[in-house]
Amino acid sequence: MKFGIVVFPGSNCDYDCYHVLSQVLGVETVFIWYGDRNLKDCDCIVLPGGFSYGDYLRAGAIARFSPVMEKVKEFAENGGLVIGICNGFQVLTEAGILPGALLPNRDGRFICRHVYLRVENNQTPFTLLFTPGEVVKIPIAHQQGNFFIDPLCQEEAKKQVVFRYCSSEGEVGSRYNPNGSWENAAGIISREGNVLGMMPHPERAAEAILGSADGRRVFLSVIKWWEEKKWK
Amino acid sequence: MKYRGKVIVTLKPGVFDPQGVTIRSALHTLSYREVEEVKTGKYFEIVLELENLSQAEKRLQGMCDQLLSNPVIESYSYQIEEMKD
Repeated sequence: MKFGIVVFPGSNCDYDCYHVLSQVLGVETVFIWYGDRNLKDCDCIVLPGGFSYGDYLRAGAIARFSPVMEKVKEFAENGGLVIGICNGFQVLTEAGILPGALLPNRDGRFICRHVYLRVENNQTPFTLLFTPGEVVKIPIAHQQGNFFIDPLCQEEAKKQVVFRYCSSEGEVGSRYNPNGSWENAAGIISREGNVLGMMPHPERAAEAILGSADGRRVFLSVIKWWEEKKWK
Repeated sequence: MKYRGKVIVTLKPGVFDPQGVTIRSALHTLSYREVEEVKTGKYFEIVLELENLSQAEKRLQGMCDQLLSNPVIESYSYQIEEMKD
């Protein structure tokens, strides 16, 4: 299988994702330039973290109109696997590929630290190697991670929460929520289940020497899901 | 014809505005205790060249809907006028 990492002007986690996928996990990985209209036959597209277009106007608001995003949208609509991490998540909500929006953090500060997440759903291509309710440690680094969703869409969206901020024991509550996000959501999945957006950075937690290797299972899940699909 | 559009984008009611909250508390620190609420927004001035006002208005609305505001969290208002040189 082949991963494609989109590079926007201002992406800065693209090489971290590339390192984890190609070096740590040994899977074929290519970069995709934001101006291209070709996804290079990739099986999973990663929209990495960073500050695309300097976060001008709103985070992700301009990147969503870059040429590559037309293809990413088409790819997602046809069931292709897409992961948006941090700024990538913001791009996906701005593009309407995922619901909601990411507002500035509750306390107005940029937060960069490890947080604990509870895995709420392991029946997805991105989480099948986790157990339901498992607590994992993955870092966040963002100023606008406060997930907001229109009250009219909340009932439906509750089922789309894949990761929630929690304590090291797995207790979910606002005191463990770093940014004020709705339902303590750290990651949500599309209704069809093929697009994941998450604020925490799994690529920064993919080697034990960096403090946690929990994040690598997000990518390993995708690889396993793809292999199983291939044999079916 | 040249037209100047003035667009104001604001957060919808109920959408959290940490900048507004921070500015309010700074105003309180400066002894403006009467301040109850501060809401922030964005202002754009856009100059466009088109045949007539209704065309210009239509194009400006398109810009607001597509890029200048995010309909999930924001609403907008605008004024548009012909520029006299």
